[in-house]
Amino acid sequence: MFGLFVSRRLFFRYRDLAPQLVPLDYTNNPDVRLPYQLIGSMPELKDNPFRQRIAEVFSEDGEGNMSLNDFLDMFSVLSEMAPRDIKAYYAFKIYDFNNDDFICKSDLEKTLNKLTRNELSEDEVRMVCEKVLDEADLDNDGRLSLDDFQHMILRAPEFLRYNHSLYENHTVELCIGCLCFAF
Amino acid sequence: MSRDNLIISDNDTDVQVDFPAEDQTSQEDNAHENKRRRKADGKERKKRAIKTGRASSIEDTEEHTQKHNRKRNGSKNHKHDKEKDQAKKYQNNKEEEGEIKRKAAKSKKNLKNEQTKKKEQDSEKSGTKKRSKEKKRKDSAEKDTKEKEKAKKKKKVIETSSEPESSEEENEEEEEEEDVVRPETLTPEELEKLKEAVEDRKKLIQGLRGKPWPMKKKLVTLKESQMFVEKYEGALGKGKGRKFYAYKVMMTKKWLKFKRDFENFKTACIPWEMKIKEIESHFGSSVASYFLFLRWMYGINMILFGLTFGLVMVPEALMGHPYGSLPRKTVPRPEEGSAMDFAVLWDFGGYAQYSVLFYGYYNNQRAIGWLKYRLPLSYFLVGVGTVAYSYMVVIRTMARNANEGGIGDDNSFNFSWKTFTSWDYLIGNPETADNKFASITTSFKEAILEEQESRKDDNIHLTRFLRVLANFLVLCCLAGSGYLIYFVVRRSQKFTLDGLENHSWWERNEVNMVMSLLGMFCPMLFDVISSLENYHPRVALQWQLGRIFALFLGNLYTFIIALMDEINVKREEEKIVRYNITMWEASLYNGTLSENSTAPPITVHPADVPRGPCWETMVGQEFVRLIISDTMTTYITLLIGDFFRAVLVRFLNYCWCWDLEAGFPSYSEFDVSGNVLGLIFNQGMIWMGAFYAPCLPALNVLRLHVSMYLQCWAVMCCNVPQERVFKASGSNNFYMAMLLVILFLSTLPAIYTIVSIPPSFDCGPFSGKNRMFDVIQETLESDFPAWFGKVFSYASNPGLVLPFILLMVLAIYYLQSTSKSYKQANMELKKKLQTQNEENKKKNKKAALKAAMDLEEARKAATQAAQLQAKHKPPSQQYENIEWDHEQRRYHRRDVRHQPTRGSRPPHHQEATGHLPGAPAQPRMHRSSNVPKH
Repeated sequence: MFGLFVSRRLFFRYRDLAPQLVPLDYTNNPDVRLPYQLIGSMPELKDNPFRQRIAEVFSEDGEGNMSLNDFLDMFSVLSEMAPRDIKAYYAFKIYDFNNDDFICKSDLEKTLNKLTRNELSEDEVRMVCEKVLDEADLDNDGRLSLDDFQHMILRAPEFLRYNHSLYENHTVELCIGCLCFAF
Repeated sequence: MSRDNLIISDNDTDVQVDFPAEDQTSQEDNAHENKRRRKADGKERKKRAIKTGRASSIEDTEEHTQKHNRKRNGSKNHKHDKEKDQAKKYQNNKEEEGEIKRKAAKSKKNLKNEQTKKKEQDSEKSGTKKRSKEKKRKDSAEKDTKEKEKAKKKKKVIETSSEPESSEEENEEEEEEEDVVRPETLTPEELEKLKEAVEDRKKLIQGLRGKPWPMKKKLVTLKESQMFVEKYEGALGKGKGRKFYAYKVMMTKKWLKFKRDFENFKTACIPWEMKIKEIESHFGSSVASYFLFLRWMYGINMILFGLTFGLVMVPEALMGHPYGSLPRKTVPRPEEGSAMDFAVLWDFGGYAQYSVLFYGYYNNQRAIGWLKYRLPLSYFLVGVGTVAYSYMVVIRTMARNANEGGIGDDNSFNFSWKTFTSWDYLIGNPETADNKFASITTSFKEAILEEQESRKDDNIHLTRFLRVLANFLVLCCLAGSGYLIYFVVRRSQKFTLDGLENHSWWERNEVNMVMSLLGMFCPMLFDVISSLENYHPRVALQWQLGRIFALFLGNLYTFIIALMDEINVKREEEKIVRYNITMWEASLYNGTLSENSTAPPITVHPADVPRGPCWETMVGQEFVRLIISDTMTTYITLLIGDFFRAVLVRFLNYCWCWDLEAGFPSYSEFDVSGNVLGLIFNQGMIWMGAFYAPCLPALNVLRLHVSMYLQCWAVMCCNVPQERVFKASGSNNFYMAMLLVILFLSTLPAIYTIVSIPPSFDCGPFSGKNRMFDVIQETLESDFPAWFGKVFSYASNPGLVLPFILLMVLAIYYLQSTSKSYKQANMELKKKLQTQNEENKKKNKKAALKAAMDLEEARKAATQAAQLQAKHKPPSQQYENIEWDHEQRRYHRRDVRHQPTRGSRPPHHQEATGHLPGAPAQPRMHRSSNVPKH
């Protein structure tokens, strides 16, 4: 998966977040978790509206506190080289705010409000939610299942070609060199 | 063993173990044990110890993960038990851990095909397995426990990695155990098999990334496979498996990073991309479309500037006669005093007039400098080339845009994509993030507007009537202003003939004043009228643009008329000057000749030589002045209308009686239509005047450059976004079409002057010729072989040219009609596809709806039955009322109908339904149970 060198770099990246907490020696597998506050303050995540969700999804305890393995997990999925299916799978999890394995209306509303920083009025949000459900909900149960989601997202133009945005005016220097999560 | 029990108790929720898999594992178990035992002595202990240490750490966390998964999968009550479990785990030996984990992994795998029957068999199975385990433990008592653990992991890896492969791999494993210790002794077939196994492992390694497993599992699998590959590849003589793999991964990453950096670099190379994106994110695509157009225009002007600068101005400045050597290159004596004054230079008189900036400075010498550069020819060709290039670019861009529009994008998931894919996970900068938030909001607003517009259907007759009325009003306006312009122009021509001195200031500046007043008020009027029409804002913008364009054509018309008048005046003047000059020359020579015929000819300083008015330079000057004043007006209105207004509104708001920001003056919106038209007409002026003033493209480049920065700044700091942000079509083909019209209109007068008016006799590269295009003929005659001229003259014979033109027209017609039919076919296909999609969706939905209803009914029936069963004892018939009874009967009937489907229902439902036909249920109970069960 990752060569050792990458794991090492990621490990140091992880350790740099809290040098006092993370031991250098992992042979005895210490049970160390970094709190969400530290994870969320990484430059790769700190401007992301979904950072908390990302941390929650990838952490074992579901509260954003990450062990080294969760950390590696997260980066392997966020990596540019991760395949699309896996990205879609985790994207679904991220957008599924209430963990019920469906993206329902409240999840959509949350997503929208996070995306637009509450700039849209309630009517607009409701309308967009309706439209999204209308478009993507194939089995008409009023919420998006993983299948619906994948069916929709794998056709997205952003997903088809790795679209590196024009907004990126300074390259974020990353440990793996990539956080291209082209959801 | 307490934990085993625990796991089994888990089974009733989700753990199911397949038979075949179980067999496999036990087989594998044995095999691995054998293998390990055999190899244990030969291997160095140290290496192994390290590896197992790492592996064990891995194992622990994996357990967490799986527990977590289990937790999510359902039974939350087990959480507590599991914690206890975890606590115990460290006391027990690791072997059992491995077993539990294996089961857990399986349980996950088999979640879907739940089958109730398996339950007992499962417990049986685990019992036998335990027995076999114990046996094994006895066997391998002398080995250290780490060794065993390793073996188990390997086994687990194989079974979890990929089901179809696993059996194959297993075989391989067994073979290896016997033979591979010494690879040289292998038979060819075995070698082949081994190679295959290695390939499989490699495939596994590559495919690993695509599996949504937790990192723990991946790492274990990976390590296992890599070890395998490394070992056997090494044995097969290929070697360095992992290193090579690591290297490959590294290179791929480097390559990806390089590609991304390159993309970023390319983006950084597009001028103003960031600025425009920023504006787009705050003001929407319609405002951004103006800036894109401005940038495109800038590019065109850069090329025009390059042409004129490189092929005309620089050669003349470097290789032509220097300033002061010829009359046409010298400031005349009477003007010398004021030639350096700023006022004169600002008006492009004085030294500016007698420089490479204008037509009159160029000499008519056929070839200049040591390069023998044909300057007049080049001047002519550059003039023609500028126009030709502009045509080509505009038309090509239009064609490309039309193409893009024709393909269209798949809009079936418009909102979903916007919701789920619009955040860019590469953003790592707060400002960029702000922009992205703004742009996402804007794009949502645009999409919502589109949606609302498509839903809107008003009274069609009323709208139609209002639209006709609006167009009628606009036509009246246009006709009125056209007549006004015509009237004023005629009047001013009369004044000019009379002489301007004996008229008042108003009468002298009437035309300009009328033009600017019309330009100010008519657009506002159009704006008011267009609110009648109730168009989509994008369409409304196009109408507005078209109307103002028609109005501005009047502007253009007056300008051309005035210019033509002036040219005629100058030519009259020229005739007189020419006569005077011959007289002057004659007198000069007569005077000297009569005294002494052998004396050297008198040299007259070039500044003293009398010269003609040179109408070409005059035209060039007019254009340059126009451009300058236009630029100034634009900038000043920008400063006053936008900036000062914004400042006032912002700071006076603290001490004003009403809310300035929300109320009357408020901040200004960006006027897309006015700015686009300003740009287009400005460009038209450039095309018209570039032949007579080669400096015009340079000036325009400067102007566009400045206005790019100035307007970007002004938009961001003093304007507010429009109320209805709408999505402009990305292609701007409407702007292009207007530009094309302007290009055509502005080349007409230029071509007319070039073709039909003889050039001035004493200035410019074509002086002394009858017409400007004679330079071509001259070149053909003197620089090309004779036959070429002959061929050319034949080719330019009308008898050949006319059929050729006819042929071209036919070709155009043919291409046009084919493209039209293609487009139609395309549209039809698209429509078909869309309807099919919709049909599919509908069908799906119908099926889903039906399934859901069935399920619902079955559920209801089931819950009801469950209730019945639970509340069998209290019959309580006294509550019975008709309604409930009715409902009961209905459920009953439905349940009977769905009897067959019940087979697949969960067990408690199944047994519950059996009681349904019993006594009628209690009404209250029924109601309460309807809600929570699912």
